Amino acid sequence: MTGVALRALLSHWRQHRFQLAALIVGLALATALWVAVQAINAEAKASYAKAEGFVQEFDRKSLVSTDKPLTVADYVALKREGWPLSPVLEGRLKIENQWIDLVGFDFLTFPPVPTISAPGAQAPDGAFLISLLRPPGGLILNPQTAADLAISKQGLAIHLSDAVPLGSGIADISLVSRLLGKPDSLTRLIYLGPDPPETKTLGQLPDHIRFSSANSAAIEPSALTESFHLNLTAFGFLSFVVGLFIVQGTIGLAMEQRRGLFRTLRCLGLPFRNLVLALVVEISIIALISGLIGLIIGYFLAAALLPGVAVTLSGLYGAEIENTLSLRLAWVLSGLAMTLLGASIASSYGFVSLWHLPILQAPSTRARGQQVLRNFNGWALLGAGLLGLGVLSLLFLGGLSGGFVFLGCIMLGTALLLPYFLWHILRAGQSATRHPLGHWLWADARAQLPGLSLALMALMLALATNIGVGTMVSSFRLTFSDWLDQRLASELYVTARDDAQGEAIQQWLEEKGLRVLPIRSRVLQQPSGQITIYGVRDDPTYRDNWPMIDVLPDAWDLLAQGQGILISEQLARRQNINLDETLSLPEGWPHRVLGIYSDYGNPHGQAIVSMPQLLRNAPQAENQRFGVRLDPDHIPVLTNALREAFDLTNENVTDQGQVKEASKQVFDQTFRVTDSLKLLTLGVASFAIFTSLATLWSQRLPQLGPVWAMGVSRQALAQIDVLRSLLMAGLTALLALPLGLVLSWALLVVINTEAFGWRLPIHLFPLDWLWLVSLSLLAALLAAILPAWRLFRLHPSALLKVFSSER
Amino acid sequence: MVLTVSDVTKTLPQSGLERPILDRVSLHLEAGKSLALTGESGSGKSTLLHLVGALDGFDSGEIRVDGTSLSVLDDSGRAALRRSSISIVFQQFNLIPSLNVSANISLQAKLAKRYDPDWEDQLAQRLGLAQLLARYPEQLSGGQQQRVAIARSLAMRPKLLLADEPTGSLDEETGNAVLALMLDLVAESNTALFLVTHSPTIASALDRRLHLSTGGLT
Repeated sequence: MTGVALRALLSHWRQHRFQLAALIVGLALATALWVAVQAINAEAKASYAKAEGFVQEFDRKSLVSTDKPLTVADYVALKREGWPLSPVLEGRLKIENQWIDLVGFDFLTFPPVPTISAPGAQAPDGAFLISLLRPPGGLILNPQTAADLAISKQGLAIHLSDAVPLGSGIADISLVSRLLGKPDSLTRLIYLGPDPPETKTLGQLPDHIRFSSANSAAIEPSALTESFHLNLTAFGFLSFVVGLFIVQGTIGLAMEQRRGLFRTLRCLGLPFRNLVLALVVEISIIALISGLIGLIIGYFLAAALLPGVAVTLSGLYGAEIENTLSLRLAWVLSGLAMTLLGASIASSYGFVSLWHLPILQAPSTRARGQQVLRNFNGWALLGAGLLGLGVLSLLFLGGLSGGFVFLGCIMLGTALLLPYFLWHILRAGQSATRHPLGHWLWADARAQLPGLSLALMALMLALATNIGVGTMVSSFRLTFSDWLDQRLASELYVTARDDAQGEAIQQWLEEKGLRVLPIRSRVLQQPSGQITIYGVRDDPTYRDNWPMIDVLPDAWDLLAQGQGILISEQLARRQNINLDETLSLPEGWPHRVLGIYSDYGNPHGQAIVSMPQLLRNAPQAENQRFGVRLDPDHIPVLTNALREAFDLTNENVTDQGQVKEASKQVFDQTFRVTDSLKLLTLGVASFAIFTSLATLWSQRLPQLGPVWAMGVSRQALAQIDVLRSLLMAGLTALLALPLGLVLSWALLVVINTEAFGWRLPIHLFPLDWLWLVSLSLLAALLAAILPAWRLFRLHPSALLKVFSSER
Repeated sequence: MVLTVSDVTKTLPQSGLERPILDRVSLHLEAGKSLALTGESGSGKSTLLHLVGALDGFDSGEIRVDGTSLSVLDDSGRAALRRSSISIVFQQFNLIPSLNVSANISLQAKLAKRYDPDWEDQLAQRLGLAQLLARYPEQLSGGQQQRVAIARSLAMRPKLLLADEPTGSLDEETGNAVLALMLDLVAESNTALFLVTHSPTIASALDRRLHLSTGGLT
């Protein structure tokens, strides 16, 4: 019985192929964007898991130095006292414009080589171990890193292993010390004995050496990037919801159009439950087909977006993910489940209507009209409740979760308020218009609102997201650009090959009467995380340009006297330190916080002391990088002179403009994926309007027919139809603007601060809004053109059916 | 002469073939007079009404409304003629649901730039709609909706009023009352009425009566 009913129900789609296509495309698009985001997240998480697995494997409990670097002598002395240790040397090496993080181990003591080999890599054996130890040595790299770096040109034996994270390489410690030019330095000493250490038998550690627990100093990539993936998931979910709006409208219309069929089936003796069962089966079949199409689109979409995401993660967090996409069962199943869930949610309203409305009697227009108004009022009430909940979550829940709950509530709440606002605006417009056609246009737009409201809600959400995210990115870009101007105040930047050359270059420059600003630093591993402390000379360059957020009046004088420290915003937020409070640092370093400055794009803490303070605490701080102040006109001459005098490459001498340009390029690349997602969401919303207008087409004729009969030509009606769509889209865009600004405020002030540790000022970009409003009007125009063209070309006999078909 | 139909032929596709539904039909109607057109279902009554209402095209012959030949008019010209000279009352009323009663009544008159508030008031009074002007069609009964449709058609003082089964959706009592009102108003405003109906009783109330069968008039 259900099968017969199902066949009868499915026959509807044969006559309404466009409606079926809209339903499938809507569900497929919703699924595709969701799946794409899930696939990207799954890929990134797999990369993080690999990286974290690597870190956990090797980053065991270690001995580190609290101030000066560990030396081979420290290691030898501790070994002589019986400490079971294995030395590690870490550092960054630049090969062909690419940085690689090198980790050097003593393979004879730790770790056993096989643990770093993965399936598919060279079989680990004694000969392999010897090849790593014997000159010229071997470097073990991730295959993708090896391909990107073309490292074989360095004359090293390269071994590939999937177990090594992207951007990293491991080798014997002797090779790493040679490559980094640090023959006597060590980063840490891995403790190989029982835990806790038997200090009675091993003896006391020297004052400058202490234990550092595994991972105490490192922030895992998954923790760092959590907010980014949450953002991505939010984007995917938003697109999914927008897609569902299309589906909901289409399913609702199909239910409405088939009321007569339901009545007939019921009259023929089909029980209500069988009718519902047949409808559930029908929706499930359509959902599964759409879900499979969505999976395919989502896979290709993810593959297209993944490189952009990789750039973003690398640029913002320094986290590396692989560029190739794997088909993972988790997101395949989650995609299909979401499609089924989405179809169920989208059709639930139709089922409820089916349950409540008398099937054996067509509901009167009066009942429907009043129902619409009641619905809008109900939605508005729910929307207002959500707005209140959002504000409460911001006030009382706080943090990143509070920020996201606020965003979700504000967006959904405003979307639910939209039809209510539009209804009243259109009614006011109708009252204010004297012209008969204009009067009818406003009234007709109001009559169309129930059918278009979901699509308009989708458009508003997409526009607000575009405005919000666009404002955030543009504000960030503007702030970043200003910040670069402040931070990169020197006209020329020089990097020496080693400390000796650095000293020679500094002397050479000062002999020419130029102001040289050495860039020297020391990395401290603190229980709360890594802090890089820079030393600065007392120079007007810093006093005039440094991007301070909060500063004591005499901060620079106190800094020069060694009486305090400047800290980055991230460090201040992470440790909850305010101006004139104390930063916990080892003995010898200044503690008083004299100022807090912005340091965008750096996940780690940073601080500034006077140069004498730095050198007193870290006399071995590298002296290889300098900023040089000079007349910008003299840059080319000095650049050439420096290159010739010290045999420096182009990379060793760069001017301010090059550095800024490179930084801005990295920035723009970082937000490429956001741009793609913004446009995709807007595209889905435009499609929602198109499908709504197209599916409502058949319902429009009874309204248009009488006006046509009264002497308004089809051409004029088509023009008015387009105008009506533009009016609705324009009003929606205007209402989306304040929502977008609230969204940008939440992203900049709440989410960014929580997620990245820096707070950005909001800049407004009215031209961007104008562009977006124009884009939405264009989308509405394109969506309205086809139905309007059909109306214009409609044969009079089709319009006449309006008057005669009900006979 | 408000309406002249001369040798009009119209074919419609039926079962894949073009078959004449109207074959060389001729009639005329003067101002202030009423004409009833009766016929079986499918005889072409409504088709003829649509043709004289400049709503549809015909194959041959000529139709003149208020001296204007429909054959020479394009879509915009026909729309302009409907706007200025022709009103139509449909069986299903076809009111505009998004406009209230007052706006429904005045819409065509305003489109024709012949809106007269006093005349609208008079019509509303005569048709018993004065208390209903702020209501929307969905809030009216069938009889009330049909009276609004009649008021709308007369508000612009048309030269030619076309009515397609105007009381077909009403019970007999209400239908008779509505028809009587319509005839009174038509006579007062010197409008020509062309009415299509199944009912011999209604047809007999009009000045002239024509019967349409197998494409021709008798």
